[in-house]
Formats: sequence, C-alpha cells, structure tokens
Amino acid sequence: MSSEHKVLLTIPMYPDMELAAAKTGSVLAELKDFNEEAIEEIQLAIIETCINASEHSQSDDKEVHIQFLVTDDELQVKITDRGVGITADTLDGSRLLGRPGVFPDLRKRGRGLQIIKALMDEVVIESSPDGTTVSFTKKKTAE
Amino acid sequence: MLDKFDIQIREEKEHAVIETEGYLNDALGEQLAEKAHELIQNGYTQLVINLEKTSLINSIGISILIEIIEVLTEREGALNFCGLSSTQERTFRMMAIAKYAGIFPDEESAVANL
Repeated sequence: MSSEHKVLLTIPMYPDMELAAAKTGSVLAELKDFNEEAIEEIQLAIIETCINASEHSQSDDKEVHIQFLVTDDELQVKITDRGVGITADTLDGSRLLGRPGVFPDLRKRGRGLQIIKALMDEVVIESSPDGTTVSFTKKKTAE
Repeated sequence: MLDKFDIQIREEKEHAVIETEGYLNDALGEQLAEKAHELIQNGYTQLVINLEKTSLINSIGISILIEIIEVLTEREGALNFCGLSSTQERTFRMMAIAKYAGIFPDEESAVANL
C-alpha cells in the first residue's frame, strides 16, 4: 500500500542549522529505502538551499521554512524564506563571484544552485520581493 | 546532530596528509586552510587531503579547498584528494576541481600520484 509522510520544519538562520533540515530529509528518505547516494544528494541539496536562504534572503524573521513530502517513489522538498527575493544575477551566480581566482573555471562562490540542479530530478525556483521558494524532487531509483 | 569535528596532520619526508573529520563547512574549512597554509609555509607543497571521515561538504567548504589549490599551484605544488563519496566526487568534477587536483580512492594511491 502506498503511503506518504509530510513534515514541516522551521529553522533559524544560525550556523549549522541546515544540518537539522538535512537530517530530517535523510530520515524520510531512509524510511522509504532511498539508496545511500540519493540520501547524500538530498542532504547536500537541502544544505545548499538553506545556506543560500541564510546568506542572501535578508529576511527579517531570520527563518527558513521547509516542507518535506515523501512517497514510496519520491521525496519533495520545498524551502521558503520571507526575504527580499533573488535576482537573475544571483540565480546564475554572477553576483556571488567575489574576487577573481587564479583559474577562471574554478569559481569559488555562487555554485550552490548549480549543485542542486545537478543532483535533483526537478528544481523550481519561485521568487518575489516577498521571498523565495526553492522546490526540488528526488525520485527513488531501482537498486 | 553535529559530527565530530577534527583535523589530523601527518607530515612525511616529502609530503603531508591532512585528514578531516566532520561537516566541511566554513568553520572546519577555515581550520583546514590554516593548517594547509602552515604546511605550505613550512615547505610542504605536496599535499593530500583525506576526506574519508567527512560525510558532508558544502559549497563554502569547497570554495576553501579551491583557495588551497590556488595557493599550491602558485608555488608549483600539488594536491590530491582521497576518500570521497561518489556524490562528493561528482560535485568536485562539476566544479572543475578535478582539473587542478587529483582524486583517488585511497590515501596510498593519492600519495603515490603526487
């Protein structure tokens, strides 16, 4: 019988609190027998999204709201902040480059979204001046 | 919740190995960079970073690893990584780290290929 579990979590924008969200995602994925690699990918996507929210949202409430929905086939994660929204140059990373490095292709910052898009099956970013929601889905693969 | 957080250094005759344990974020990354810069200043330009006990690396941690690669390259040194999970290796390759530093399955091969 198919079953789904929904978990809501709010974390403060304190250092390392992204680990609490990553751990929650990990537990839910383990519950549905996602493989070890998928669980690590889910954790990393959650961590990068929460860090982006903490670093760039400028939200007054200093909170990140996370909704997890896991079914037998996939894990959906929706991460929301009530900040100022993100711009196109933030999305492509060009605003976050910092000082030029020795190697142009070794870009130090602004790679979080690239990582999330590479690791997850679906990624949707919705942003307005009232905040940003990053939603992503990881589908369970057969062993 | 937090993993144990530690850095071990093993200095050999011509190279040094840095082994990290815990979540490689800005805090552990800065400690790692400090240790690496100390080693480089002491003449070690052939380094291995063993990440076997580091289960999670965020993009800030990766940016600090890139800075270490840049410093070593400027001094004509070399850096090899070992002990990465498949997700970590995939992320390193995505971020072009594999172009400038070696990635090996274990410490023995990482040292042998410096």
